[in-house]
Amino acid sequence: MLPLFVAIPLAAAFIISLIGKRYQRAGDVLANLSSLVLLALSFFAFLSLNSHSSNILVYKVGGWIPPIGICMVLDGLTSFMLITINLVSCLVTIYSISYMEKYTSKYRFYSLFMLMLAGMNGVIITGDMFNLFVFLEIASIASYALVAFGTESDELEASFKYAIMGSVASSFILLGIALLYSYTSSLNMADISAVLAVKGDSNIVGFISVLFLMGFGLKAAIMPFHAWLPDAHPSAPAPISAMLSGIFIKTLGIYALLRIFFNVLGVSSTLLFLLIILGIISMSAGAFLAVGQRDIKRMLAYSSISQIGYIIFAVGIGTPLAIFGGLFHLINHAIFKSLLFLNSGAIEYSTKTRDLDQMGGLGKHLPLTGYTSLVGSTSISGIPPLSGFWSKLIIIVAAIQAKYVGFAVIAVLISILTLAYYLKLQRKAFFGELNKRWEKIKEVPLSMRLSMVILSVLCIIAGLILIPGLRGFIQQAVDVILVGKQYAGIVLGAVQ
Amino acid sequence: MSIYFLCLVLLSIGVYCILRKRNLIKIVIGLGIIEYAVNLFFILVGYRMYGRAPILARSEEILNMVDPLVQALVLTAIVIGLATTALIVAIAIRIYEKYGTFDITKINKLKG
Repeated sequence: MLPLFVAIPLAAAFIISLIGKRYQRAGDVLANLSSLVLLALSFFAFLSLNSHSSNILVYKVGGWIPPIGICMVLDGLTSFMLITINLVSCLVTIYSISYMEKYTSKYRFYSLFMLMLAGMNGVIITGDMFNLFVFLEIASIASYALVAFGTESDELEASFKYAIMGSVASSFILLGIALLYSYTSSLNMADISAVLAVKGDSNIVGFISVLFLMGFGLKAAIMPFHAWLPDAHPSAPAPISAMLSGIFIKTLGIYALLRIFFNVLGVSSTLLFLLIILGIISMSAGAFLAVGQRDIKRMLAYSSISQIGYIIFAVGIGTPLAIFGGLFHLINHAIFKSLLFLNSGAIEYSTKTRDLDQMGGLGKHLPLTGYTSLVGSTSISGIPPLSGFWSKLIIIVAAIQAKYVGFAVIAVLISILTLAYYLKLQRKAFFGELNKRWEKIKEVPLSMRLSMVILSVLCIIAGLILIPGLRGFIQQAVDVILVGKQYAGIVLGAVQ
Repeated sequence: MSIYFLCLVLLSIGVYCILRKRNLIKIVIGLGIIEYAVNLFFILVGYRMYGRAPILARSEEILNMVDPLVQALVLTAIVIGLATTALIVAIAIRIYEKYGTFDITKINKLKG
């Protein structure tokens, strides 16, 4: 079952690029079908994981025993991330049916999209360092091409910047893997962890940690490495912005950091404190930069940096409650940020502009976009009954419990600032006087409305994950992170 | 030891090239230099002085062999690097068509 997560999107990408030119509808049908199947599969994987006694499934690629061959691992964290990714990507493919009509060669879009999905699923599911690098590069290369998909001047510029920075980051990750291989003579994550436990710590592990922090930190757009994100995310077509901001930076950045630091290299208090500082910097700087933006997608992109800061901050605190809050915020952010980017795409679809100053009163003509965007905005700024409130509350409570009161206060203040710039977005775009230019615009097509409504409903009900029966969904992911370096024993034990 | 140092020098040249050069194509070349420095380092990790290929033959005993795994990995990394470079060069050419220049300081529509 596990290889299907990579095989299905790869096969879809191949077939779409092969027959997409002749049969125009093939791209729509195949991409939606395969993303639906992937969503069903990830739920099935979650259920079969829970029915399994040891809570871990290991697939040996080609039948080779893991320390020698490549293995794919399904555990709590993996199945949590798989559901997040495939949920968002399924809704985004439904959205793109109508949205991508205005671009030529739509089938190429789907082909690249499926390639990116294959890369992301691969990063999540693999248990091998070099395999992780390969999937990371597949996803990255597809995303460089997707950012430049419109081939207008600013899209190309953003894509070039992103591609150069991303490739340098990948090179540093490869350098880290080379050093790790030279130290442990293994590429299997569980085996590396086991060897490191025997060999003990040395300076080289610290150096490798820094290389990985730099490489994956750039992919996650943590603050000092964020420069590509505010250019790349707004320039991409709206479904891709939603994918990139919603799940791409979390998969390639945060998931990889969590897996490598907690389960493979092991965390030290210095590293955790560094993560807290980076999180605080990203959270505040992202929010302050977002306030002044006029371009709606650029504002959302800076807001992504800020919210990623919250997740990194929560992970840095390192207590079980904080990690729970961080992962809860991760899935919440995946839902509401992709919703908000899809809303901005709907606005752009109807009005052909992204400038907030030129909008106004769009709520009258785009009621559904207006309401769903209101749900997304209030959720991200932490208004009580919605999901964003609960995850931020857990993070802040965890910070206070861990005696980081000062940082908790900063997190609260930034949350208020978030509310401020989302209120600005709502007021300028959907409320107020209707700009005369937009008298004739109509609500967007059905497929776009459908995915926006589903996402906003998810936004409202995602808070329910906290009730005890459903909490296990996140709790099992937290457990995987908390076992730390015993991960090696669990994976290698599951093989025999 | 000095060979690792030279590898580091190569990496630094690549980083310098990316940070300081203003021509898009030179930046892409800098990226290539970085990639090759890392690949070279990876090969050096598995290299043994006077080692030979680890091909198992009857009647022969191999005492000193080169690690073949890293070579397979580096081949993969080179192919990935090729794809990245081809994509970036294609983007650079499209940028030249739009802006009429390869100068990175003149390509600055995105700000803020």
